[in-house]
This record gives sequence, C-alpha cells and structure tokens, in this order.
Amino acid sequence: MSLVLNEEQVMLKDSARDFLQSRAPVSHLRELRDKGNTEGFSRELWSEMAEMGWPAILVPEAHGGLGYGYTGMGIVLEESGRTLTPSPLLSSGMMCAAGIVRAGSEEQSAVILPAVAAGEHLLALACDESAQHAPESTHTKAVKDGSTYRINGRKTAVVDGHFAETFIVSAKTDDGTSLFLVPANTKGVHVEPYRVLDTHFAAHVSLDHVEVEEKDLLGPLKGGQDILDYILDVGRVGVSAELLGIAQEAFERTIEYLKERKQFGVPIGSFQALQHRAAHLFGEIEMCKSLVIKALSTLDESGDSDSELVSLTKAKLGETAHLATTEAIQMHGGIGMTDEFDIGFFLKRCEVLENLFGDNYFHLDRFARLRGY
Amino acid sequence: MTHTDSFRQQVRDWLEINCPESMRRPYRNEAEACWGGRNCVFYSEDQKNWLERMVSKGWTVPTWPKEYGGAGLDREQAKILKEELKRINARPPLESFGISMLGPPLLKYGTEAQRQQHLPPIARGEIRWAQGYSEPNAGSDLASLQMRADDMGDHFNVNGSKVWTSYGELGDWMFCLVRTDFEAPKHKGISFVMFDMTTEGVSTRPIKLISGKSPFTETFLENVRVEKDQVIGAINDGWTIAKYLLSHEREMIAGSGISASGSLPVSQSAVKTIGTENGILKNTMLRTDIARFEIDERCLGLTIERARDEVKAGVSLGAAASMFKYYGTELNKRRYELLMSIGGHDALVWEGDKSRDGYLPKMWLRTKGNSIEGGTSEIQLNIVAKRILGLPG
Repeated sequence: MSLVLNEEQVMLKDSARDFLQSRAPVSHLRELRDKGNTEGFSRELWSEMAEMGWPAILVPEAHGGLGYGYTGMGIVLEESGRTLTPSPLLSSGMMCAAGIVRAGSEEQSAVILPAVAAGEHLLALACDESAQHAPESTHTKAVKDGSTYRINGRKTAVVDGHFAETFIVSAKTDDGTSLFLVPANTKGVHVEPYRVLDTHFAAHVSLDHVEVEEKDLLGPLKGGQDILDYILDVGRVGVSAELLGIAQEAFERTIEYLKERKQFGVPIGSFQALQHRAAHLFGEIEMCKSLVIKALSTLDESGDSDSELVSLTKAKLGETAHLATTEAIQMHGGIGMTDEFDIGFFLKRCEVLENLFGDNYFHLDRFARLRGY
Repeated sequence: MTHTDSFRQQVRDWLEINCPESMRRPYRNEAEACWGGRNCVFYSEDQKNWLERMVSKGWTVPTWPKEYGGAGLDREQAKILKEELKRINARPPLESFGISMLGPPLLKYGTEAQRQQHLPPIARGEIRWAQGYSEPNAGSDLASLQMRADDMGDHFNVNGSKVWTSYGELGDWMFCLVRTDFEAPKHKGISFVMFDMTTEGVSTRPIKLISGKSPFTETFLENVRVEKDQVIGAINDGWTIAKYLLSHEREMIAGSGISASGSLPVSQSAVKTIGTENGILKNTMLRTDIARFEIDERCLGLTIERARDEVKAGVSLGAAASMFKYYGTELNKRRYELLMSIGGHDALVWEGDKSRDGYLPKMWLRTKGNSIEGGTSEIQLNIVAKRILGLPG
C-alpha cells in the first residue's frame, strides 16, 4: 500500500478542485445563507456534481456506478472541505451508498443504487437519539406484527434528514439491533428540520407506529450493529477527509495573511511568536494527511473498516482542524471575527464536523478501548 | 509471484537462517548496541555473527552502491528489507553515525578517493565516527563556530574545541566543521573536514549529564594536522555539506519518536502496572493522555512512511527533516513523561537490579536533551517557518 495518490487520483483531485473553486467557492455557501435557502444546498449544483459522476463514485459498475472506491470519494470530500461546499455527497453518496453496497439485498441494490449513483435519490442515516453520539444504545424499537414491523422512536441530528427520500433507521428488535430502509413519505414519519451553526441543516425524525415490511430490513435481522458501525466508520473517514480540506485551507489562508498584514511596520509573520505556532500547525496537518490517505486506502483494500485506525483518524483530524480554525481566527485578529470575512465559516463548519459521528473524546475513548485500555 | 514478492521471500528466508535468536529482541541495555570501530568489543558471539553476516550482504547500508559496501537496493527493496527486519524484531546489526550522518554527504559531495577510503569501512563497522559540530559558543547559532584552521599549504593546522561530541572518547575518526576564513560572512568561511582522532593534539573529556551518564565529550584540538584531501566539498563551502548532513541527522533523530520494534507499547505498560477495571485503565486521566500519545506515535510512523513513498514517487516533502525532528523528539519526551507517571514511586528508583540501575529515570532525563541536540525544537520551527512556509525573516 502506497501513501501517495496515483496518477488517476491526482487527476480526480485536480478536476474536483477546479470545479469546486469555480462553481462553489465559499461565497456560494454565503449566498445560500443570505438568500434564506432552507435546504442548505443547491439542487442545481448537485445535478452538476451528479454529471461529474461524484455520487456514483462508490456505486459498483453493475449498478450504474463508477466503482471508484473510497479514496476517490475522500479526494472529492477533501476538496469540498476547502470550499465548504454543502451537498448530500457524504451522507447519501458515501455513507448510505456504502451501507447498501455492503448489506443491501439484490432487490434493494437494483432499485436504490442506480438512483443514488445518478444523484436522483437521496438517503440519510437516522441513528443518533441523544445529544451525545452513542450508536450502541438504541432505544427506537421495531416490533414484529405478522409480516410487518412497527417502528417507534425518535432520532436526532439526522444529517440531510430534511430532504432525504429514504432513511436508514436503526432500531432494537428483541435483543439485537436491526437496520431498516424507511421511505420518508411512510405514514408516521415526521421530519422536523433545524439549522445548525454552519448554515447546514439537520433534522429530528420521529417514527410513530411506522410500518415497514420484512423486505425493508437492511442486512439480517439483529445483524444491524455491525453494518451500522461500518456505515459510521465510513462516514467518520469521509468527515476526516473534509476536515483535512478545511484545516489546509484555513491554514493556507492564515499563512497568506501573516505575510500581508503589517503592524509595527513589518509583516506580522516575521514575529517568532506566530511563526512557531504556524510551524507547529504545519506539522500537525502533515500528520493528518497521512492518516486520511491511510484510512481511505485501508477501506478500499481490506473491504472492511479498521475501527482503531478510523477512531484515531477522526480524533486527530478533529483536534487538528479545531486548532487550525481557532488559530486562524486568532492570527487574523479582529477581521477574523467579522461576518464579512470568510475565515469564520471554516471555524463553524469544523465545529459541526468534529461533533458528527462521535466527537474527539468519543474517538479517543473508542481508540483506547480497542487497544485494550 | 511478482518481482517484489520474490525479493521479500528471499530476504525472509535469509533472515530466518542468519539472524540469531538473541538478536531478535530489543536491547536490554545500551551496552548491547553494536557501534563497531577499532576498539569494538562484542558482548556475544551472536552479536558478532549478526554484524558479519549483514555486512556480507551489504545490508548494513542497503541502498549504498555495491562498490562502497552496500547492496545497491532500490527504495522499494530497502523498504521490504526494513519491513522484514521489523517483522522478526531484529536489532540493527550496527549503530553508526558514519552510516546515518556522514555517509549521505560523502556519497553526494565526496571525491571518488574519499568515498573509496571511508565508505567501505563504515559499511563494515570498522571505523567509528564522531561529530564535531557544536562549540561552547556556537550552539543554536552553529554557523558562528570559531575552531580555527590555518592553511599551511599542503595541510591545515587546526586549533579549538568542540562540545557535545557523542561518544567522543570512542571515536576513531571525526568529521568536523572548522573556520577557514575569518573575514568572510559567517556562513561563507566554514569548511567540512575529516581527521583520524589518534592524530597528535586531539583529546577528549567526558561531560557528566543530569542522568549521571556521560554519552558526550568535549573534544580539544591543539595544532592538529588535517590533510587537504580530507576536506569534503570546496574549502569555505562547508556550510552546504553541514546542512545536508544535518537534515539526515534530524531524520535519524526523528525516528526516536517511534517506539523500537518489539518494545512494549506505552498503553500495555500502563495496563500491566496500573491495571484495568471493566477493560478501562484505572487512571482515566492518564488514559486520555496515553491515547493522544499513541495516536501521535502512529501519525509520525505513517508520515515517515508517506514521506518515503513520496520520494519514491518523485514528489518530495522538502525541508521536512526539521518537522520530523521536532515532532519525533517532542513525542519521545512525552513517551518518557508518561512512562514516569505510569511507574509512580518505582520510577524514581536510581540504583539496584530491580530498576536496572534506574534505567527509566535515567532515560527520562536523557530524553530532555532530544529537543536540544541536532538543533533545538525552536530552531526546527524557525526552519519550517522560513523555508517551508516562506514567512519573512
């Protein structure tokens, strides 16, 4: 396994960067916010992304996808972290697609995957139930009644839940956890969107006597925890890739500012107090690059997730991107605190991603557990 | 079977036969490391055999050309060899500043005669090298060094003193920075020279450290004759060589951030000493610090691996040696802070068999120097800020 991108991957990176920098720079996010967009992303832009083939990256060729793998998806997410471009790529194109590729029945795959690949069908994972991420304690219940299951429960922090057409819902079935594919328009599904601090949206999803069929099980009955962990691990790596883009962009913008901004008659970047902090941050970001490419290529090559590696990656990326974005504000000084200047958007997006699918403490704890301490 | 697979198999088979069992575990103490040299004393027959066998394959310096005692391996093969050595926890057959520091500049800047003279004995572990860089008044500001070399026509006459010479009393030869032009700007008047430490006028004196050990000496030169054919690069252009060597030295030191193969991970040592409750380390505050440490340890390992892959792929991390040196040494200091906390009262014991003569507290004290030697952490951060980030001076 090599920890450098191959030629094809470099080309993908370049084209993703060109597209995002020209079509959806940070001003795009600002415009969505200022115009009061209530979806948190642009449908028009999403169809252009679909034309670029991005939602098809993980879908196998047999189901109308590109079968290009996690590294490819991570490259695009990293670039979209640089521009803070909102899209359903992470939740639908990466996580839910990965879940269906891994555990979907033939029928589920045949129906859903081509539509996912085309960007025409959007999914969301409904897993969290409380303020703290705790995927192993599910209180939502699915009770069998003849040939149907009746689901009751309340999910929160469902990323893209406000526009998803199908949910992957985790629920207790007797003593095990199972996953169900639940169309958003099923009777008893109630979606309550809310805006979070980075101008993206999430949703509370309540399930009130929601009836689904046996064929809507994703994977085996009571076999849901492993699939859920896999989907979450995939998402954590995706989030890490996006955080890497955010950390690099915030850092590079800060370095440019240190060279430009003059006080006491000299560029502030000539002050050692700032140089050392910048140099330290440079090292941390280099470490993060290695983790992200390793985590992505491990998903591709092993066909499974290495949870210890995933948790260490998510924890380190969270901490480093946090440092990069908070240092960015401090080193920009007063202008960094203004809404007019873009750097604050990076801090906000970072805070949300850090929290997603387990924050730094969650993953430090999980890493230690997996290593037996 | 691909070409690389078959190379891996050959390496594995050869090591299986040739690496003695006792050479497949970490050193029990520093004395078990083999440094070679004229006065080398092997502590066991296995240690001697292991060195000789590796020398015969050219694997003490696997990437050096065969004519200089290497095996001429490409980077991919060298990586495989390294992995296979690590797999069986093999000890390095030879620790050597000749290999890690002097070799690279000799290969890049040395004359053919210099390479022929010095590289094969380095590869075979026959000559032990010492480094003459720092001086009492030239530490972080190394280029202000004052050791004086007067041009005597066919040779230089050298006077002055060096400090922080690692194992100076055991060195056979020294590579050394001297001032050959006192008028020029400080970086432009330095030359890089080599001399035999048995030459008349060379003496050393041990420096006792806070650990109680003396791994360094002061080195005094009084009218020492240095031949002109023992200058690497041009006279007065020694700073170029010095910097090139330093980047290799820093890479070597950075490796100290990663625990030696076969040694117990910090977390396992904590589990053994402190114990767990429901699978969680009993000291939960320490647990968080250990987790952060182990994450950074893995980060460094992967980044060193990535840097090698990038060199192979022709994209280089550039002045990255400074970043690695900074990161690796700060990490190693954290490792010993954690081990001291884990050890508690027992980690304070200074003497006696049970503490292996205070091995841990002495190592802890020793690591404080990691972020000073080879350029302090602050100097490394300066270099990263200026050369990589391009921040104004």
